[in-house]
Amino acid sequence: MSDSHAVAVAEHGSHEHPAHLRHHFVSLEQQDETASFGMWLFLLTEIMFFGGLFTAYLIYRNWYYPAFVAASHTLSIKLGAINTLVLITSSFTMAMGVWCAETKKQKGLVWSLIATLILGFAFLGIKTVEYKEKFEKHHVPGSSFSIQSFVHPVAEDGKEADKALPADTASRTEVYFSLYFAMTGMHAVHMIIGIGLLVMMLVQAMRGAYSHGNIAFVENFGLYWHFVDLVWIFLFPLLYLISRH
Amino acid sequence: MSENHAEAHEGEHFHQSHIVSPMVYFVIFMALLAGTALTIGASYIDMGPWNPVVALAIAVTKATLVVLYFMHIKYSSKLMKLTVGAGVFTFLILVGMSLSDYISRAWGQW
Repeated sequence: MSDSHAVAVAEHGSHEHPAHLRHHFVSLEQQDETASFGMWLFLLTEIMFFGGLFTAYLIYRNWYYPAFVAASHTLSIKLGAINTLVLITSSFTMAMGVWCAETKKQKGLVWSLIATLILGFAFLGIKTVEYKEKFEKHHVPGSSFSIQSFVHPVAEDGKEADKALPADTASRTEVYFSLYFAMTGMHAVHMIIGIGLLVMMLVQAMRGAYSHGNIAFVENFGLYWHFVDLVWIFLFPLLYLISRH
Repeated sequence: MSENHAEAHEGEHFHQSHIVSPMVYFVIFMALLAGTALTIGASYIDMGPWNPVVALAIAVTKATLVVLYFMHIKYSSKLMKLTVGAGVFTFLILVGMSLSDYISRAWGQW
């Protein structure tokens, strides 16, 4: 038995099984911290990536302010708020999943992951409804994009029509929708990747793979999922809310 | 003896993993919901240029709660805290410098 192995056994007493301790780590603590350190470095590059999109959004919002205000009025605060609720709740269920894994509650972990998965799908479902409406109104940038709804606004659902925009201003709304689709689209891609990983993890959890203390994957996936929530916490007010009142 | 040996070697170097209780998660969850309600409410009040400022302030508060509690940074080692802090600092430099360049270079010329 190697010295480091002996140290790890001594540190953890009888409740830990250091079978998953890699030989190049001194202890499980070091191994776990190394894993989450790497995960955080990855997440920081992700923050830089989304930061570029947010910066572009802030600059263009200042440049084309009236167009951005008008375009953001086409988003549904109700759907955005429901999605925020869904995502925050999924972060909570994932945090509970991590707790269940840490305390070796296999059933709790499986149910937490199922809840997180359902909420993830719910988010994407609501996002699909929102995207579909954008296609119907010709608000998707590209050849089918139309400024009609901004040049000749129509009152709908008992709401007053927005003020009509001159054509050159209205054409700038395409910039808003480009950024809207780039930002929410990249966010949705992260959700889809997360859902894929969740399904994988759920199968593993049902097999009892995380019942012996080897839960680095669950913890690091938790970090990833909370990060996706974090991005939405900024996307929701910036895209949906700040141009209302 | 082996326990002393372990402590002497590792006690200060590696952070003991800390299990955050469900109660803490629940309180943070409620705080995030309250923050969401607050930011929606604030968006219906016309505060002129302060609307985005208020929205961002609430978002930053919510994000801080998520990072500290859901992502366990509050309970992590100094190495992790410093790494995340350095990342956020670099992020603010990149965004701040880009924005200040745009603001100072061609204000009102678009």
